[in-house]
Amino acid sequence: MFRPIAEAREGAAGTARLSFTFDGKPLTGRSGDTVAAALLANGIVACRETPVSDTPRAPYCLMGVCFDCLVVIDGIGNRQGCLVPLAEGMRIETQHGRRHLAEVGQ
Amino acid sequence: MTPVAGIEQLAESYDLVVVGAGPAGLSAAARAAGLGLTVLLADENPAPGGQIYRAITTTPVKDRAILGEDYWRGAEIVARFERSQASYAARCTVWSLGPDEASPGSFELGLSVDGKARMIGARQVILATGAQERPFPIPGWTLPGVMTAGAAQIALKGAGIVPAGRTVIAGCGPLLYLLASQLAAARCEIVAVLDTTPRANWPKALAALPDFLRSPYLAKGLKLMAATRRKLRFVSNVTSLSAKGEGTLRQVGFEQGERQGAIACDTLLLHQGVIPSVNFSNAAGCAHAFDEEQHAWVPRVDAWLASSVPGIAIAGDGAGIGGAESAALRGEIAAFGAASRLGKLSEAERDRQAAPIRAALMRLLHGRRFLDLLYRPAPQFLAPPQDETIICRCEEVTAGQVRDAAARLGVTGPNQMKAFLRCGMGPCQGRLCGPTVVELIAQTRGTTPAEVGYYRLRPPVKPVTLAELAALPQTEAAVKAVVR
Ligand SMILES: Cc1cc2nc3c(=O)[nH]c(=O)nc-3n(C[C@H](O)[C@@H](O)[C@H](O)COP(=O)(O)OP(=O)(O)OC[C@H]3O[C@@H](n4cnc5c(N)ncnc54)[C@H](O)[C@@H]3O)c2cc1C
Ligand code: FES
Repeated sequence: MFRPIAEAREGAAGTARLSFTFDGKPLTGRSGDTVAAALLANGIVACRETPVSDTPRAPYCLMGVCFDCLVVIDGIGNRQGCLVPLAEGMRIETQHGRRHLAEVGQ
Repeated sequence: MTPVAGIEQLAESYDLVVVGAGPAGLSAAARAAGLGLTVLLADENPAPGGQIYRAITTTPVKDRAILGEDYWRGAEIVARFERSQASYAARCTVWSLGPDEASPGSFELGLSVDGKARMIGARQVILATGAQERPFPIPGWTLPGVMTAGAAQIALKGAGIVPAGRTVIAGCGPLLYLLASQLAAARCEIVAVLDTTPRANWPKALAALPDFLRSPYLAKGLKLMAATRRKLRFVSNVTSLSAKGEGTLRQVGFEQGERQGAIACDTLLLHQGVIPSVNFSNAAGCAHAFDEEQHAWVPRVDAWLASSVPGIAIAGDGAGIGGAESAALRGEIAAFGAASRLGKLSEAERDRQAAPIRAALMRLLHGRRFLDLLYRPAPQFLAPPQDETIICRCEEVTAGQVRDAAARLGVTGPNQMKAFLRCGMGPCQGRLCGPTVVELIAQTRGTTPAEVGYYRLRPPVKPVTLAELAALPQTEAAVKAVVR
């Protein structure tokens, strides 16, 4: 879990808030954050489950190396949350395991 | 600088495409544009700066003392680039690089911005894709709550956030002190620093000490080390680590020789130094060698940082770890090389202009060996002794499985290991398991990483969706190749 340092707190200069949802729950994040940073700042413990054992994972490297930050954004899976800037109204969802053929095209 | 907002704004081709907007790429692009080349600088991050100067133009951290003066120096490098004539594509992932079949001697690159892909041409390419943290597989390192120390630094620089609860930092390397001091300055509650620097490294490192004593890093490094050690609880000579918890991290266990300890914590930050990120240069076909002192695979480059593939140069930490200031200088040198190969600069002029930069680079790299030798990770952290430790985070392959395949099935190299165990086949494409797989095979078979070799990687260097690929305009030749 992460928390903002004093100068990045809500209300501080340059911290416009964006609304988004994670698994349907309404949340807010700072404009300029990546999706992964916004999830961490909101105390989200895990953002994906692995395809092999369905174990929960959270962002690990925040720099595009580990792919543990994969999430579904606005219906598109396998997005690297640590590289995608948060946008107003984004629908972010946990990426559950492997994709199944039945889901394709949904 | 001309910002490129969308993929359709890119030109068909450029004299030079630079990949990566860290100090190396920013300096290379600014210099090359100054020498009259048409330049595109592409970076997958939303803002320039790379790892060290990440978010320098956008960071919410305003108190300069938190990130330190070295960080703010990045503003000059970015400002110089902004004054140049180069084009800059942010949020732009470069996923392939290969020869342009229609125009021999030139390259074709695959780029994506906002889910849209495009192929563009380049006569010269400079890869400035930087470094990544060395994998540090310990039992439990896949638990949420465990991260790299660099990740916490990125969260601080980019988003102004720090771990909320009790935080433990573990590992070794010169950056560890910097990361600990920055987080402490941002009032992160660091309950302990578990230092894994092996005592046995000292005799070898001392032999390289005289050079280090003359290096510009010495005074800075000692000051930082002393201050950090005074402020935080350091546990030295840590020989084993494990992360524990159900679903999320609760505790870190450690051994200090015979002594065992445990610390309750919410966040564990791991760091075992940085290594060049070689995925791109490897997939582009550049030759690599195992650097014994940095204990990592490093692309082979000449005095102008040209790789074994004519027309591709590699600058910055991606060509061997040297730190931010040396990355910027190596970016300049690579730009001089590219400009001269394009006939924009005579060789004599190239040599003359690059001479003072080369001299500054030599001064900076002086003393690097001492750091490499002192902070060389202990063998048990390069190749985890516990069989159950996951080494490939994507496919959840364990150290035991790799050892078994190497010993019992006689698997001799990482490419064959991939076929047997799927390690390196997940989305990270071996970025995190590669060095560990090599180490485990070398240990099990009683040989060296250099003998074992590394993954042979292929483009795309980063995953692209089929939809993006399918939407690419196809050449007639490409269509004929698949249509029957
Ligand atoms: C996590 C981390 C934190 C670090 N922090 C510090 C620090 O605080 N102080 C310090 O002195 N050193 C630090 N370093 C060391 C660092 O390597 C610096 O020496 C310096 O940033 C190297 O500069 P560079 O230009 O070579 O690469 P980098 O600064 O790493 O820049 C590389 C750039 O390439 C981009 N890139 C990579 N692949 C692609 C691709 N396929 N498509 C598009 N763009 C791509 C990345 O987004 C990145 O912006 C850190 C290293 C790491 C890994
Ligand atoms: S957190 Fe590692 S790739 Fe995003």
